Amino acid sequence: MNFELTEDHVMMRKMVRDFAETECGPGAEERDENEEFSMEIWKKCCELGLAGITFPEEFGGVGADYLSYAITIEELSRVDASVGVTVSAHSSLCANPIYMFGNEEQKQKYLIPLATGEKMGAFGLTESMAGSDASGTRTTAVREGDEYVINGSKIFITNGYYADTYVITAQMDKEKGNRGIAAFILEKGMPGFTFGKKEKKMGIRSSATYELVFENVRIPAENLLGKEGQGFKIAMQTLDYGRIGIASQALGIAQGAYEQALKYSKERSQFGKTLSQMEVIQFKLADMAIQIEAARLLVYQACHYATAHKPVSKLAAMAKVFASETANAVATQAVQVLGGYGYTRDYPVERMMRDAKITEIYEGTSEIQRLVVAASILKEY
Amino acid sequence: MNIVVYLKQTFDTEAKIALNSSGKIDSAGVNLVINPYDEYAIEEALKLKEKFGGEVTLVSIGNERVQEALRTALAMGCDQAILVNDPGLDNPDEWVKAEVLAKAVSTISYDIILGGRIAVDDGSSQVAVRLADALNIPSVTSILKLEVEENKATVTREIDGGTEIVEISLPAVLTAQKGLNIPRYPSMMGIMKAKKKELKVMSLADIGISIAELPGKMNTLDYSLPSSRKAGIKIAGEVADATRELARILREEAKVI
Amino acid sequence: MAKGIWIIVEQSKLEIRKVSLELLSQGRIIADKTGEPLVAVILGKDVTELSQKVAAYGADKVILVDDDKLAEYTTGAYTSVLNKLIRKEEPQAVLLGNTAVGKDLAPRLAHRLAVGLASDCTSMEIDEESFLTFMRPIYGGKAFAHVALNARPVMATIRPNIFPLAAPDDSRKAEVVNEAAVIDPADLNVIIKEIVIAASERPELIEANIIISGGRGMKGPENYSILEECADVIGAAVGASRAAVDAGWIEQKFQVGQTGKTVSPTLYIACGISGAIQHLAGMGSSKVIIAINKDPEANIFNLADYSIVGDLFEIVPLLTLEFKKLV
Repeated sequence: MNFELTEDHVMMRKMVRDFAETECGPGAEERDENEEFSMEIWKKCCELGLAGITFPEEFGGVGADYLSYAITIEELSRVDASVGVTVSAHSSLCANPIYMFGNEEQKQKYLIPLATGEKMGAFGLTESMAGSDASGTRTTAVREGDEYVINGSKIFITNGYYADTYVITAQMDKEKGNRGIAAFILEKGMPGFTFGKKEKKMGIRSSATYELVFENVRIPAENLLGKEGQGFKIAMQTLDYGRIGIASQALGIAQGAYEQALKYSKERSQFGKTLSQMEVIQFKLADMAIQIEAARLLVYQACHYATAHKPVSKLAAMAKVFASETANAVATQAVQVLGGYGYTRDYPVERMMRDAKITEIYEGTSEIQRLVVAASILKEY
Repeated sequence: MNIVVYLKQTFDTEAKIALNSSGKIDSAGVNLVINPYDEYAIEEALKLKEKFGGEVTLVSIGNERVQEALRTALAMGCDQAILVNDPGLDNPDEWVKAEVLAKAVSTISYDIILGGRIAVDDGSSQVAVRLADALNIPSVTSILKLEVEENKATVTREIDGGTEIVEISLPAVLTAQKGLNIPRYPSMMGIMKAKKKELKVMSLADIGISIAELPGKMNTLDYSLPSSRKAGIKIAGEVADATRELARILREEAKVI
Repeated sequence: MAKGIWIIVEQSKLEIRKVSLELLSQGRIIADKTGEPLVAVILGKDVTELSQKVAAYGADKVILVDDDKLAEYTTGAYTSVLNKLIRKEEPQAVLLGNTAVGKDLAPRLAHRLAVGLASDCTSMEIDEESFLTFMRPIYGGKAFAHVALNARPVMATIRPNIFPLAAPDDSRKAEVVNEAAVIDPADLNVIIKEIVIAASERPELIEANIIISGGRGMKGPENYSILEECADVIGAAVGASRAAVDAGWIEQKFQVGQTGKTVSPTLYIACGISGAIQHLAGMGSSKVIIAINKDPEANIFNLADYSIVGDLFEIVPLLTLEFKKLV
């Protein structure tokens, strides 16, 4: 078991870190304050090949492993978690299901532009009645000739409004519950497909979060992803991999907040010494470092399994729940270490604390993650 | 077009400098990077390649660690690299480096040679210009803008108090000043491809010169760290009073106004 | 055998650069101690009238190379002429100022002569074996290297504003020798199309005695006028930190720091500059450093000789008024 990163991974980390610090850092507070999504930053990410890291070259991707992807999301999120989730949602939640379940025509038509970043992607699963419980899906799809007609709405959709391509779920047979759900590929601009509410959020405020509205949206039958009734499975498998992205985002937030606390503790003096010379603060910093190290190992292990096409469900859930709880604990302590200053907008830690919270909620709440882990370990035993 | 870039690996400018037990600069644990000014040279080289076609070859002198810097430059889009690594080259001075580079560069074809105007470690700003003299070609330093047409270059360069536009024939050596361009990040794909590009390690024998032909011209007798400045005085009081006091001190005590 | 200490005098539009006078001043001291003659070498067009000034600053002999082809500095022509002269006369040492010309000419000339070159030196000392040894800053001034050269002539470029100017003695006389410009045709390899000198009456940053600099605390490009007003009262140059340049508030040529210009003024006034290590690399050798910053924890205070914790927008205009009373 080799704990060293390869030269390539070291180079990737440095590149994304430099990019994040130079391009995403300066405007992060302002974008957060104005709830402003930056298309410019997204385009720059695409130019560097960050939109399709894990997809093969033949589909416009880079052909790199999951660790490369995790490092990317981590480094982006270390500076601006909103940028991290933009890339993660696009890649894991939209491009990846098409890669895993799409047919050749769909990959040519949709996956390639997503992997190159020519088009942006989003994933529509969540509804007002379907959060943790996907069987509450009320959006419907009805086959009519060589078309499907979609009706309903989705909420809390990351990259909504800006994305070109959407993978959504819809109920085709309520009697069958989860087994009645199917997945479809939609395009922005299809008649009847509009955007509703833009969410005002506590954190990741410069990530675009929108409501999707479908009023008799007619889509060609070819836009069915996988088979009818396979939708729930597609969504669950998509989320399994997506969790690695969110775990990486949380890891990045934790790392960023921790570094802020470390730096501040060496600069700030009270009672005739720097904070870093006080044992109370040293213990806080040590706890942060320990948790981050553990979270990182879990995330990287999940990546290893994902790249090796081994079952990743349990590990990804473990990584996500641990990293997100770490992010929240570390970011909160970072604000504490920075004290009054940490509570103001002069320092980024208050934003990091607000950004951290969502990582315990989306792409499967921590409660759901624990159920996933429990199901897995009980099955094994 | 055959474009050559002379690259140096240096300490990160954030590095804390200390002396080791033998009184030399301690390189333990120091983060090494491509000399920032060389990044402008690399970017300009890549732009020339994009415009005229051809290849960008990197040339450097040093030990295995320099390979990291070369791989990063390859990831940015350069095509191949030559590293002259020889145990006989121990802390070579600028004359030695230029002679070695001239030999190395003479093993390939070159239409233009680019480098950074100064290295942030030794701050000598000599090797590239010396290389030009060794190769008997023109040198232009501190360039801010480069336009190449066929085998002629029109260059805007920085001089004290202003700029100068000059015209030279290629091949020539040009050194990059900050402001020439904005260096690109290596892309993900570039990073993946870098390990497949050729990085040739050559000894002095491989480039056709022996250490006997490279007598050093400059010795470093010793290194020292600057004496730390004494703690200063914070002038307290109301803004108007403090400012008046500062002016007085500058005139009467420090005698600098 | 006394061969001479040569100072390559830099002139522009028949004005001798201050650093050349500094080198003559210091060269005189070394000449007196070693018994070597101090020789000023001036290349250019119509430069005869400059010989009196260099004599006043201590030159025993002046070598003038007056030629159309040397009217403007070019690397090749100047290298060619000096290479031939130096090989003919064999001086012990050749010194230049570390200016744009010095940085361009010295390495080329040194290689042509097959000698070493100590760049950007901040001190020099007489040495039995090596004639002169030099101290030069490395790693942005975070360390110093003490170097000796083994070939002759010993060559070095010296940082401007380090050596004090001697009091000129207009009664001094120097031997004046005219040499023909011998230029290898291969060295006439550059055509100067245009020279654009920025119209500024403020001193050149690298030579300025006083610099007033603004950083992130300036908050915007329009506020530099506050510093400019102060600069004009005391004859200072205006500088900036990287933060201000990167924010687009002021041009890069004003940047002081590791990736900007290295300055060593007598007085450096840092306004709204935090004092990042890279900035210190550019101005750490200033004789007196003043810091004005709102943030009491700013690193610059660890370096400043005198400081005021406060709002530069209040302090600098008041300082300007105080300076007006003194000047």
